[in-house]
Amino acid sequence: MTDLPVTGGPAGAGDTGVVRGLPVTATIPEGHVRMPDTGPPPAPPPDEPAGATSSRRGDRLFRWLVTGSGAFVVALIGAIGLFLLVQAIPSVLVDQDNFLLSRNFDTEDPANLRFGILDLLLVTVEVSVFALVLAMPVGLGIALFLTQYAPPRLARPFGYLIDVLAAVPSIIFGLWGILVLAPVLEPVAGWLQAHLGGFFLFAPGNSGIAGATVFTAGIVLAVMILPIITSITREVFERTPRTHVEAALALGATRWEVIRIAVLPFGRSGYISASMLGLGRALGETIALTIILAGVQTPFSGSLFDGGATFASKIALSFAELNNDLSAGAYIAAGLVLFVLTFAVNALARAVIARSGAVA
Amino acid sequence: MSTTIDLDEPAVGPTFTPISTGRKIRNGIAAVLVTLAFLVAVVPLVWVLWTVIAEGLSVVLRPGWWTQSLNGLLGRQQGGGAYHAIYGTLMQSLIAAAIATPIGILVAIYLVEYGAKSRLARATTFMVDILTGIPSIVAALFVYAVWIAILGFDRSAFAVSLALVLLMVPVVVRSTEEMLRIVPDDLREAAYALGVPKWKTIVRIVIPTALSGMLTGISLALARIMGETAPMLILVAYAPFINYNVFEGNMASLPLLMTVERANPTEAGSDRIWGAAITLILIITVFQLIAALLSRVTAPKTK
Repeated sequence: MTDLPVTGGPAGAGDTGVVRGLPVTATIPEGHVRMPDTGPPPAPPPDEPAGATSSRRGDRLFRWLVTGSGAFVVALIGAIGLFLLVQAIPSVLVDQDNFLLSRNFDTEDPANLRFGILDLLLVTVEVSVFALVLAMPVGLGIALFLTQYAPPRLARPFGYLIDVLAAVPSIIFGLWGILVLAPVLEPVAGWLQAHLGGFFLFAPGNSGIAGATVFTAGIVLAVMILPIITSITREVFERTPRTHVEAALALGATRWEVIRIAVLPFGRSGYISASMLGLGRALGETIALTIILAGVQTPFSGSLFDGGATFASKIALSFAELNNDLSAGAYIAAGLVLFVLTFAVNALARAVIARSGAVA
Repeated sequence: MSTTIDLDEPAVGPTFTPISTGRKIRNGIAAVLVTLAFLVAVVPLVWVLWTVIAEGLSVVLRPGWWTQSLNGLLGRQQGGGAYHAIYGTLMQSLIAAAIATPIGILVAIYLVEYGAKSRLARATTFMVDILTGIPSIVAALFVYAVWIAILGFDRSAFAVSLALVLLMVPVVVRSTEEMLRIVPDDLREAAYALGVPKWKTIVRIVIPTALSGMLTGISLALARIMGETAPMLILVAYAPFINYNVFEGNMASLPLLMTVERANPTEAGSDRIWGAAITLILIITVFQLIAALLSRVTAPKTK
């Protein structure tokens, strides 16, 4: 639509050899008057004035510049994968343990690296999924509240309030989580362990520090991914066709029934992909988890009351002290796995949202 | 007897049957749950902000907090300030913004004005989406792999800025793209009809029209990267003194100051943490206010 061959079009018709820019003002009245009877854009004039040539060069340069930037972004993702791979391979090759199945992460001695990602993967997935399980229903509720229940005048400020949640730096959530929230959660955690301890999720964990558990981390993480889930879900719900809603109302549906038969079916895929984007965010969250989760020596048991480390928190904790490429490579290998994981989750989320036709 | 009753009853049932109790109850429960969900989200927000204000406000009001560093102070000594960290945070994010903004705007222009539905444009959109979701720690590791491990530079504040660029570009692209798309095509076509070359149309007509929204998007992106911590942990070491040189040496930043002071169990340490937290929130708020202000000032005049 914007790709018309307009370079130097009417400029040649009216003026020749004038300074670029000047013809613009000069031809305004003419063009304006002629518009109705000339119809489709005029063919390029046979003789090109000097000004038009240089603006065509400008056009070519500009097109080259912006296309290059687009290609740069595409290349960037490839470069991230490639360079992480290049740095990770030497370390993985000299790894004394199985990279995928080992629970160790010992990189003290570069000549004797023993590391594997199993525990990191398990902790990362458990804390993220726990956060998602908590955040999904609440996010759905908020999106429904903002689009269907809140008085229209208040919906915008209320929505803004949720966005403020996204603006709070994650390090502050982390500090709040371990210093303020964890002591409050302690009785809840104790009750769960005492009454449901038979189930592996609620079994007493290995975290030596009270509250420095997957449980606390997951709750904080849920708060942090809530704005992502809410904002996209809200956007999709707002696009529910008016006719569907009105048809439901005309059949005598209550407000809840309108949501069930018109809003939810329309917005379901948007909601699912919003949740997956939230999951992607949770998988990669670094500093809040670094602060909250306690480092432990025993392997991860699957309990919510375990400590441990996620990919991101493990890297953040140890990376600053590294002084050799092989040990660093071990952490970069873990980072690469995290990159692939988030890539897959995000790509899937985008695929779902693209199929639903809603733009996020 | 029975005939009179028949007469009392209407021949046709009412058109609108009243809503049954079960449906009413379900409707009510849904309304309560949905409202509760919103309140549940507001609780942590208020709680977090309250904690930060209660613990940190007195710290930032101390003389020297905004003008001094922590140079030469022991962990348990009160006093000093966060000037070194404020400088680091502002510098690292502004450098990142200076690099990320032009790239982001160019990519957005490509997507809106040139890409149409080409394969590269689709790939770019997809990659921008992926870049949006990339964990900050992965961006930091990438910069480490390229800038430090392969190119051989030292850890520095500039490396942090490079990692922040990766996190900022997709946000700038997204917001700019959105703004460029709502510029009416009439404006472009009018310019073309007057013989204005395409690049000049974009630079002189399309961008000024979209400028207000673009600036808002950029300021919001800036506010977002200011709170990032992971790149600092990997790419630069903390310094309790002021370092103006972004290319060399250790440099503090507010998130890094908070992380480092976590190891300080004294009251001075906890004061510094919450002081830095409230300072960070204040700076982010200021940038968001600037965003709101800019969008008002530069908004195109409508008749």
